[in-house]
Amino acid sequence: MNRAVRPQTITEKIIARHAGERCVEPGQFVMAKVDLALSNDVTSPLAIKQLENICAPGAPQVWNRSRIAIVLDHFTPNKDIASAEQNRYTRRFAREQKIRHFFDGCRVGIEHALLPEQGLVGPGDVVIGADSHTCTYGALGAFSTGVGSTDLAAVWATGTVWLKVPAAIKFVYHGRRRPNVYGKDLILETIRRIGVDGANYRTIELTGDAIKGLSMAGRFAMANMAIECGAKNGIIAPDAVTAAYLRTTGARRPAAVLSLRSDPDARYEAVHDVDVSAIRPQVALPHLPENSVAVRDLKRRITIDQAVIGSCTNGWYEDLVIAARVLKGRKVHPYVRALVFPATPAIYRRALKDGVVATLLDAGCIISPPTCGPCLGGHMGILAEGERAIATTNRNFVGRMGHTKSEVYLSNPAVAAYSAVRGYIAEPPA
Amino acid sequence: MRMKFEGTVFVAPDNVDTDVIIPAKYLNRSDPEYLGAHCMEPLDEHFSSRIAKGDVIVAGRNFGCGSSREHAPVAIKAAGISCVVAESFARIFYRNAINIGLPLVELPGAAKAFAAGDRILVDLDAGAVRNLTRREEHRIQPYPAFLQSIIAAGGLVPFIRARRPAA
Repeated sequence: MNRAVRPQTITEKIIARHAGERCVEPGQFVMAKVDLALSNDVTSPLAIKQLENICAPGAPQVWNRSRIAIVLDHFTPNKDIASAEQNRYTRRFAREQKIRHFFDGCRVGIEHALLPEQGLVGPGDVVIGADSHTCTYGALGAFSTGVGSTDLAAVWATGTVWLKVPAAIKFVYHGRRRPNVYGKDLILETIRRIGVDGANYRTIELTGDAIKGLSMAGRFAMANMAIECGAKNGIIAPDAVTAAYLRTTGARRPAAVLSLRSDPDARYEAVHDVDVSAIRPQVALPHLPENSVAVRDLKRRITIDQAVIGSCTNGWYEDLVIAARVLKGRKVHPYVRALVFPATPAIYRRALKDGVVATLLDAGCIISPPTCGPCLGGHMGILAEGERAIATTNRNFVGRMGHTKSEVYLSNPAVAAYSAVRGYIAEPPA
Repeated sequence: MRMKFEGTVFVAPDNVDTDVIIPAKYLNRSDPEYLGAHCMEPLDEHFSSRIAKGDVIVAGRNFGCGSSREHAPVAIKAAGISCVVAESFARIFYRNAINIGLPLVELPGAAKAFAAGDRILVDLDAGAVRNLTRREEHRIQPYPAFLQSIIAAGGLVPFIRARRPAA
């Protein structure tokens, strides 16, 4: 087969470019150049130790300090002595290596919202992150995927990563979204259809008119959860919405990458058609993200003890606005703790300036600094035995937010906010 | 990496996620002994004391789904598990395990082929997994050539070291 003429998906094109090939195909192993390497306070310490093992004990050396981002977002502000020690270890490394994009203290945001906002990722990039939700940047048309600490250390040392080119599954979303339906509902429905391993090792390519009509926040939420069906990456071809967003972040990319897209006859393992107009506001029941049902189809009343609005899935400015719109003039139920986590300091500041924070406070929400804390049961909102939370986060595994006998229900910010008011999981009035 | 493992089977279900393998509350440390002591706690509180060195986890589909935390394969290895056999693995977990030298074997039908407490022999060189209790043998696919070279080097760190120009 003539490799040069084979039609390519957008993901194959990006990988080929970074591997110095004209063309790649699924199953092929390549070494690809990395544009940005990301890690956080949980994954950095192991990576630092492995970098020393690669270089020399006590003498780690990174390949390019300007292409590395380290964000201390999981257990910060330091949650306990062990995490304080762990953070100190990573801080010292970042300072010694003069890591250019090191985010600590008041600059900490949740990494996957922070990096796009800082203009550090853009279409056509290869981004490798020691965090599974690194796939979020696919919303901008980047190839981005999560790895572990040893892989990340290898990227730090060499600037390259080994990749097996993934086969692709295409989703075509069409139709008009109903009221209170957002990107989150589209991706929950997608995961429900194919299951939590439905796209294992593969790309999910998100296309169609209904994607074109989605804001960046909606797109980020969708690409963010690509990992929840096992995907290596989720990707949306850049368009006018992407270009407008990039102008706000200052990420400069060559004009050519802004028109990156899959060839019309590119090969897909499967193509799924999704009629968006049939999707109602969703809730994913414990303990897997694939257990999604329409809120209105719930068979019984599910009371909640906590509502969490935020995270790398739904902590964007738009998400806070959606929650505030629902909560305006209403009060959080007295038995519910409603926690709101703006994803970045800039989002927090904007929400403060625009009165969104005031609306949330008036309604009875607790506003937290940006942190991953409660999403992974780290700190700042842990559940006791038997407690239930509705959360705009991405995982509802056993014990994810605290006790192994607690429960997490996943939804969009409108459903989470309205449920906080009612005290049980409920769909807001249209 | 050693290529032959014999031990007792610990059975795990489908979709064992990384929060089950090592809950996030333990991610404030990264020393293997600490992680190993808390391995699989949500599934079996006494996992780490129950496991004898060399034992093998046999699981269903999508083992290791969820987070990218390398603490998960590190915890499994430190708990004394020699190898994980599953119907399928989540991709980040798969990379992490190969990179740190925890052997994984994909075996369709694994969950039905073993019961808790069975004795198992995994022979990667011979391409076979044996249930010594039931006296059954299952053939397994070899790793792709590229992964074999990482495994033969003893993991990703020695693999990279061998390819770096001398400083």
